[in-house]
Amino acid sequence: MTPLLQVTDISKYYGSRLGCRGVNFDLYPGEVLGIVGESGSGKSTLLNCLAGHQEPDSGAVIFDTRADGPKDTVTMSEPERRMLSRTDWAFVHQNARDGLRMGVSAGGNVGERLMAVGARHYGDIRGTAIDWLDKVEISDERTDDRPSQFSGGMQQRLQIARNLVTGPRLIFMDEPTGGLDVSVQARLLDLLRGLVRELGLSAIVVTHDLAVVRLLADRLMVMKDGHVIETGLTDQVLDDPQHGYTQLLVSSVLQV
Amino acid sequence: MNAEYNFAYLDEQTKRMIRRALLKGVAIPGYQVPFASREMPMPYGWGTGGVQVTAACLTPKDTLKVIDQGADDTTNAVSIRKFFEKTAGVAVTEETREATVIQTRHRIPEQDLDETQILVYQVPIPEPLRFLEPRETETRKMHALEEYGLMHVKLYEDIARHGHIATSYAYPVKIEGRYVMDPSPIPKFDNPKMEMAALQLFGAGREQRIYAVPPYTQVVSLDFEDHPFERGGAQQPCGLCGAHDSYLDEVIMDDAGTRMFVCSDTDYCRARREAGHIGAMGVPNAEDAA
Repeated sequence: MTPLLQVTDISKYYGSRLGCRGVNFDLYPGEVLGIVGESGSGKSTLLNCLAGHQEPDSGAVIFDTRADGPKDTVTMSEPERRMLSRTDWAFVHQNARDGLRMGVSAGGNVGERLMAVGARHYGDIRGTAIDWLDKVEISDERTDDRPSQFSGGMQQRLQIARNLVTGPRLIFMDEPTGGLDVSVQARLLDLLRGLVRELGLSAIVVTHDLAVVRLLADRLMVMKDGHVIETGLTDQVLDDPQHGYTQLLVSSVLQV
Repeated sequence: MNAEYNFAYLDEQTKRMIRRALLKGVAIPGYQVPFASREMPMPYGWGTGGVQVTAACLTPKDTLKVIDQGADDTTNAVSIRKFFEKTAGVAVTEETREATVIQTRHRIPEQDLDETQILVYQVPIPEPLRFLEPRETETRKMHALEEYGLMHVKLYEDIARHGHIATSYAYPVKIEGRYVMDPSPIPKFDNPKMEMAALQLFGAGREQRIYAVPPYTQVVSLDFEDHPFERGGAQQPCGLCGAHDSYLDEVIMDDAGTRMFVCSDTDYCRARREAGHIGAMGVPNAEDAA
């Protein structure tokens, strides 16, 4: 089986400061990879490099495109990469405000990606948008409301609908549950898990919340100071951490 | 003409710079060409872009017409006309047919233009994507990569909120299947007229952009398959000249709310009345003059 994403030796420096260095992994279709680590460990830098938001200083990110098979997204042309990020990729930001157009209605937000890939039939676009809002538990009465009138949890769910409407195969998530209260987090995670399983999505989830990766991720990567210090199956890493830092991380979780 | 000014106010180097931008604009229809907009002796928003383009196009043999919302006799039109009378000494006219250069604010004349004429638009905000995407770096990239989905989001929002595309002026158009362009705030009624024989030049002074639509270029108003572009327009004929085919202004006549609808193109209305057309509220032209 061809990996959906092959990451080889990704490094990114900010001047002389290290963002992340020498990251390698393969991601197979339907697999969810969690990346954990403390603030400043380079996990967001890595995610941005993978998603094409930042250019890595070295390394390759080879994505298995629908049309041409495996292709390095770092060296591909910008229009191609932007097309990928509108169709086969999705990016869920930690702060919904970064991923949504706050001045545009919920329906318009979901419809934007459809219109960006050429949909020009208002009725169809709206129908699909309402369909997706329903999937993320936003009632169709709210279709014409703006995200600014939504609660934090709803905004996050709207962002997910907006991202998934074009049927992407790979979804990048940066702290998808950050800033939400626990009950809302639980429902969002439930929703995400359902969607990922149902649609057979691959996902890369960056978070510092170990409970999130425990629920969502098949595999786990632990980062510290720009390096990957431990990888493995999620349960294996969390139940039997090998590296000192991972042991610290796992034992730092508050037990209620 | 006042000899203390260089011909048409601007110095020759500036005019050359503007002409280079104009040529580039004509070569890439609908593309916004940056240019070094000069301070003009009028405030931004009064047509500084249009005036610079007109200045760069004028020759001593030209005949200039200036309209503001279709009218030759409003402050802006009169001031700009006088400005070029004083600094260029060119002939001026109010008759669309006689003019070789027409500077306009927010209208296209009703009379069809021909290949010998140039229509210069005053543009306040040249970027059609501006209100959806505030970053200039991003909008430029979107133009470059032809990512125009966002433009339809605006139309989508119109339909979602009003049941139809409620954008009635500055209605976005796609030029020759490539660049999406703001046609300046002309009513959408005028959009179909943009496929014309005359050269159309657009100048935005504050925003420092010039763009152009060459003669006979394809201009398509954006729409949805199930909500096609509609030209719109008034339901009744012009009160003065009885025209059915022109864009009308609504004029409130008294405190009781009596209103009349008259052609916004004053030259068109006058010519029709001279030719003997009289609307429901009009009087024959001779009495009108008295």
